[in-house]
Order: sequence, then C-alpha cells, then structure tokens
Amino acid sequence: MSMNLKREKTALPVIPTESAGSANLSNLLFGATVVSMLVSLYFIFIYAAEEKTMYAAQKIFYFHVSSAWLAFMAFFVTFLFSILFLIKRKRIYDTYAYVSAEIGVVFTIIVLTTGPIWARSAWNTWWVWEPRLITTLILFFIYIAYIMIRQMDGVWDKKARLAAVFGIIGFADVPIVFFAIRWWQTKFHPIVFGEGPSQKGGGIEDTMLVALLVTITAFTILYSYLLRKGVSFEKMRLSVDQHKEKLRAKMGE
Amino acid sequence: MNLLRTAVLLAKKDLYSELKTKQILVTQIIFAALVIVVFSFAFDPANNTTKAVIPGVIWVIIVFAGILGLNRSFISEQRNDTMQGLLAAPMEAASIYLGKFLANFMMILVVEIISIPFLFLLFDFKFLGSLPYFLIVIFLGSFGFVAIGTFLAALAANSKSSEMLLPLLLFPITTPILIGVVQATRIILTNMEKLASALAWIQLITAYDVIFFVVCFLLIDYVLEV
Repeated sequence: MSMNLKREKTALPVIPTESAGSANLSNLLFGATVVSMLVSLYFIFIYAAEEKTMYAAQKIFYFHVSSAWLAFMAFFVTFLFSILFLIKRKRIYDTYAYVSAEIGVVFTIIVLTTGPIWARSAWNTWWVWEPRLITTLILFFIYIAYIMIRQMDGVWDKKARLAAVFGIIGFADVPIVFFAIRWWQTKFHPIVFGEGPSQKGGGIEDTMLVALLVTITAFTILYSYLLRKGVSFEKMRLSVDQHKEKLRAKMGE
Repeated sequence: MNLLRTAVLLAKKDLYSELKTKQILVTQIIFAALVIVVFSFAFDPANNTTKAVIPGVIWVIIVFAGILGLNRSFISEQRNDTMQGLLAAPMEAASIYLGKFLANFMMILVVEIISIPFLFLLFDFKFLGSLPYFLIVIFLGSFGFVAIGTFLAALAANSKSSEMLLPLLLFPITTPILIGVVQATRIILTNMEKLASALAWIQLITAYDVIFFVVCFLLIDYVLEV
C-alpha cells in the first residue's frame, strides 16, 4: 500500500495554473451557450409551428432529441479519449474521458425523463419496450458501471486504464444492443427522419426542422462548455491534492 | 501455439484444484437447483402457460449460476498473491485469460448438463424441438457469456467489492446475447416452424461471440498489467 501511495505522488504532474487565454475561451463558450440557448428558445416556442394533435406537448421533442444527441456525442468522445489514453497514457486524456462520460450520464437521465413525459401525451403510456428506449436505458446502465469503475480505490493510472478498457467495450456494445433489440421488438417509436418499413417517416415541418437544428447547435455548444468546465474542475482538484500533499510533507518534517 | 499450451495448462490447474475442493461447482449446482425451486413458486408448474417461460428460466439459471463461478475465478488468485506469480511467469496475459476462460466454460457446461434436464424433469416439459439446434444455442450462448464474463471478472477483480461490481458490468454488456439466446431457445423449444428466424438469432450470437472474443483478446493486456 505504501508503495502505491508513493507511486501516486510521483505520478502527479505539475499542473500549470489556468492561463488567461483559456479563461477567455471559457467565458466565450459560456456567452455562446447563453445566447444560443435563448435563440433556440425563441425558435422552439415562437418560430416553430405548433403540432396539430399534441399542441405544446410536442415542444419537449426539441429538448429530448438534442439531449439524446448530446449524450451520444459525449459517449463517443469518451470512447475516443479512452483509446487515446491507452495509446499515449497521458492523464489529461483520462480526465476528458471521465468528464465526458459524466456529462453523458446526466443528459441520458434528461432523455429518459423527457421521453416518458412526451410519451404520456403522445402514446398515452409512460414507457414502451421499444428499441431506442431500451438501448438508451442499457447505455445508461453501461455508463453508470463506467463511473463505478472510477470510484474504485487504488492508484489513478490503474483506474484510468480499467475505465478506458470498459469505455471501449461499452461503446462497441451499443450498436449490437440496438440491432438485437430492433430485431426483437416491433417498431413503435415515431421515425421522423429516413424511412421505416411501414411508416414512410412522419416527416417534419420546415419551421420545426430549423428549430431542431438550432437547438442541437445550442446543445453542442453547451456540451463543449461543460466539458471545458469539468476538465478545469478536475485539474483544480488535482492541484489541491498536490498542495495538500506538499503541506503534509512539510508538517512531517 | 505456445499461448494455447500454457492456456490449457492453466485451465487444467484451475479444474484440478476445483476437482479437489469441489467448492465452486457444488455451489453453482445447488444454486441452480434453488433458482428452479424459486421459479416453481413464481410460476405454477401445473399451469400450462408456464411452458412459455421455460426458455427464459434456462438462461436465468445459466446467468446466475455462471456469475458465481466468474466471481471466484480471479478472486481465488488473490489470496496467496498467485496472480502476481501468473503475471510474472514467462507467458502472455492473453494465455491467462484464455486459461481462465476455458476453466469457466467447462464448469458452466457441467452446470448446464446437470441443471437443464433437472428443470425439464421438474416442470414436466416435453422436449419437442430439435436437440442439435438446442445444444448449439446453449453452447454459443454460454461461450459468449463466459468470454465477456471472464474478461470483466479480471477487470472487476481490482476492486474491493468485485462481487457487487461484476454483475453491474456484465449484465448491460451481455444484453444482446441474452436477448438472442432467449429468442432462439424459445423458437427451438416451442415453435420449430420459425426455424429460419432462430437461425438468424444464432448468427447474431455467433457474430457477438467472435467480435467480443477478439476485442477481449486485444484488450486483456491492458487489464492484466502489473
């Protein structure tokens, strides 16, 4: 155990304090997030046409789809940084993978909450066992497990290594899960884009499509802001740990 | 070649020590029997509709009994720090994985050979489907489950609470295989006319087995690093 502690100490790199440039970028992203969110709210509630049968309840669709997009993107980023970490073994890649997975889990929860609210008014049921729903649920469980691996005790590089391996396996699993469930279950989810077997795609009105694209853009900016912020928090935590370690060493003398 | 030989040697070692203690295998079989008993409370065996849940029950038994064995396979190497010995030995990490996989696979096959006929007997299930296809599905399903299970057991063994961690890692990842085998088993046991669809499921399971066996092989070096 004492050997592990020593390794942890030496493994801690010297973290440069945040430079003025990166703080500027952070502020810029924050501003962009606020502006684009306000714009997307305008597009959703004022610009886009109201749905014929669902009325205002349909508006949740924009947030639902955008959150799902964000979550999938976040998990893809985790997958990429996991591979990068295994190749390069730099701590910063591991931090990115971890923060991205955390953001992904939060937005998967949003997807799994907004979905049933919408489904209640559209299908008159909270939940159906349907490919995309189950896949999202499984995805949620996979990344909860990913975060649980990060909670293990031990030195950081071991945890990072194991989590990276699981991040790769988990992401590789998602398409297979989706196809398996799709074979298993009949279609229920409205297919908005592209063609399904029976539904020729419900289609989407132009104003709605614009609103959706604007919202997705806003969520993408939000994601980059959250990722940046999360990584800088992790860096701060590391540097606090370092200072604590230094202090402890000094008191021990 | 060398990889395979050391793997077989390791599997032999595991199976031999299991033969001496009979600790895991006996637990697994008794546990499987208990699951059957619990199912007989949940679904009345006298009821005809119960036949519909038999394919699912088979896989619940395999998964639950299997996870007991998987949990032990790497933990048992920790007691005397023999894991360090295996890692320091002049062989690749892949052959440790392969050896553990072979041992676990053998054990789960023994559990299946005993518990599935027992289940059919107790639930008075008349076997009408095709036996070769049934055996293929059981074999392929167990192969995939144990392959990914052994890998994740190696991963979870690093945690202090690995017994709790392993099911959380394993169940979401094996979803496709569980869906596939349950569907294929159901078709083969109750509705042989739809054999084509069962064959499609078997293809999916085989694809999953191959993909994950290869991925596990490639990634095991990172899991079993010193």
